[in-house]
Amino acid sequence: MAEKTFRLEIISPDKVFYTNDVVMAEYNTVEGEVGIYAEHIPMTQIIAPGRLIITEEEGQKTAALLSGFVEITKNQVTILAEAVEWPQNIDVSRAEEARIRAERILSSDQGGMDLKRAENALLRALTRLDVAEKYKGR
Amino acid sequence: MASMRDIKRRKDSIQSTQQITRAMKLVSTVKLQRARARAESSKPYFDKMYATMQSILSKSGNIDHPYLVHNGSDKKAVLVVTSNRGLAGGYNSNVVKLVTEGGFSAEDTEVYGIGKKGVEALTRRGYHVVADYSDVINEPLFSDAAAIGKQVLDAYAAGEIGEIYMACTSFKNTVVHIPKMVKLLPVEVESAGEVSEEEKNTPMNYEPEPEESLDMIIPKYINSTIFGAFIEAAASENGARMQAMDAATSNAEDMIATLSLAYNRARQGAITQELTEIISGAEALNE
Repeated sequence: MAEKTFRLEIISPDKVFYTNDVVMAEYNTVEGEVGIYAEHIPMTQIIAPGRLIITEEEGQKTAALLSGFVEITKNQVTILAEAVEWPQNIDVSRAEEARIRAERILSSDQGGMDLKRAENALLRALTRLDVAEKYKGR
Repeated sequence: MASMRDIKRRKDSIQSTQQITRAMKLVSTVKLQRARARAESSKPYFDKMYATMQSILSKSGNIDHPYLVHNGSDKKAVLVVTSNRGLAGGYNSNVVKLVTEGGFSAEDTEVYGIGKKGVEALTRRGYHVVADYSDVINEPLFSDAAAIGKQVLDAYAAGEIGEIYMACTSFKNTVVHIPKMVKLLPVEVESAGEVSEEEKNTPMNYEPEPEESLDMIIPKYINSTIFGAFIEAAASENGARMQAMDAATSNAEDMIATLSLAYNRARQGAITQELTEIISGAEALNE
């Protein structure tokens, strides 16, 4: 028998990024990585940069999910994503540049606010690169 | 009565003005379609953001969070979203009026200008313009909104300003645009509606705790509200300009019709006069 599904909606500021009935959604939150199945308890979570893996009945899809938050209600999961990209849309050279820039700031250790921002930027760049590389052409 | 040449000159001048207004109308029609498509495709995000925000606030009750409580500063910040170009009917002045007539005194208001027209009008009236982001309104990007949001939030956190408002125009449809003043901070909770039975049984959980979540969600909410306002403003601006130019074109049409009539009358008058002169000249010779 087919597994239970729930409605997953991913909305980004410029469009509805994805909407379908899915079996499971896995992503990274500030509290750690989670996987959501149908009939999860209602919850609001904050996204941390990471891989988003959507398991549909027919197969899996992957995207880079960088920031936003998730609202889980009874039969629906809504991801309000400020930045989310399919692997084929990721600008690898830009991400690579961002990685180098962030690493430079981190190695020059000036401390303070910049450091935190650079860490975040590095995390985003690495997520993009990771997703782009592993799932290219799928 | 004006001479034939004067009337003709005036008519020609109106005709060329009409060509310009007609061209501007066509341009803004095209731009409007693009801006409207954009506004519509991003609407779900803002609606959901607002709904989530309100539901978190109404459920989390009495949290003593700095973003929810007035910080005691008398200064108010207003983000004024207008256009960079004029000839859009009342579009810009309506937004400016919201500020000047909405109880914002020139002394206690810090203006964050987005759009040259608003910045100019408010500077003339003696308002203090802290920052000018006029170049972003033509092609608004989410990162622009985030940068502006961060600046006002920093000023708020530093206690320089006590309230943040935004004067913008909401786009209802092609012909209806409503100027409105939105309060961004402290966040106002709508009077909590009745909670459905189902919601009571399954309360919302937060990871991390509500206070921490609010810390992260409120800035996102502010950014997206600002961005949403930009997108709607772009659509409204083009809508307003299209209407204004449409009215100008048809007014020019009317003026040209009136002038054509006056011109033809003057020409007929001149011909009649010439004939009278010739006839009376010929009669004088016969005598």
